[in-house]
Amino acid sequence: MSLLGFCQWLGNTQWSIALHESIWAYPIVESVHVLTLCLFLGLTVMLDLRLLGVTMIRTPASEVVGRLLPWTIVGFAVMVATGALLFFAIPVKTYLNIFFRIKVAFLVLAGVNVAVFQRTISRSMHHWDNDRVPPLRARLAGGVSLVLWAGIVVAGRMIAYNWFDKNS
Amino acid sequence: MSVLTFFTWCENTSLGEAIRDSRWLFPAIESVHLLGLAVIGGAVLVMNLRLLGFGIRRQPVAQLWRDTWPWLMGSLTAMLISGMLLFTSEAIKLYYHGAFWVKMISLLLAMLFTFTAMRKVALADPGRVGPLWGKVAAVISILLWSAVGICGRWIGFS
Repeated sequence: MSLLGFCQWLGNTQWSIALHESIWAYPIVESVHVLTLCLFLGLTVMLDLRLLGVTMIRTPASEVVGRLLPWTIVGFAVMVATGALLFFAIPVKTYLNIFFRIKVAFLVLAGVNVAVFQRTISRSMHHWDNDRVPPLRARLAGGVSLVLWAGIVVAGRMIAYNWFDKNS
Repeated sequence: MSVLTFFTWCENTSLGEAIRDSRWLFPAIESVHLLGLAVIGGAVLVMNLRLLGFGIRRQPVAQLWRDTWPWLMGSLTAMLISGMLLFTSEAIKLYYHGAFWVKMISLLLAMLFTFTAMRKVALADPGRVGPLWGKVAAVISILLWSAVGICGRWIGFS
């Protein structure tokens, strides 16, 4: 089965139709998705800004990462769960949407950025924990993350504006 | 001049008209508003989690307040400007929308609280102001800012 075929099958399931046509459930899921932005992305932005060395520079990097990362993971879990539900409610249209595809591509890149950070410069954090200027690779990880997430937010907002849909 | 007259005037300005007529201006300004939401959420949460004892610990509250302050003010400015632009494009609709008014009142209270009581608690000598006051301030702050966010989202459903 192709991806499009899978989306068509998904969109025809009883639960997908129910969520799509619901009066309260869909708006609530959407609201939770948007407002969890504060928890997940808000704290991710503060982490990235710390890696860039532009805020909380007197707080050890390991303290900022160690104490805020668990919250961003909780936020991310809520984002993924609600995001999956939003996709589940309108699969075909979303799958065909160019902004959704851009968003997914940027999400993958953001994941790669985190993985690279965790496997490289993060391991020697105790060496640069209190540096006034964090090492280049740490600043790069923070900067790349900020750019990618800004792109993800904008692309996410644009999914709702279906300018390029063939049938709109 | 009544409030409705003023709102009507806002909507009829060339700025409001330009945003309404453009295909991409409203979504673009909305995106700025959302990016501001993320930053303001982060600045508010870092501070409140610290006060509640669930966030950063190895840093005095007052120092963290000074560190997050520029980001709070910067994002608040971006949100107010982008919010006003969005407002001018649909002022009359907002006049009749209950969520808009609850949002504006919550926003006013949230800003007042942040600039007065919250600031006082955050910058107070820890020996003189107990941690309980910090926790109370954090809960009030989270409730007020959440009300702003939830009503903001609710404006979109109409």
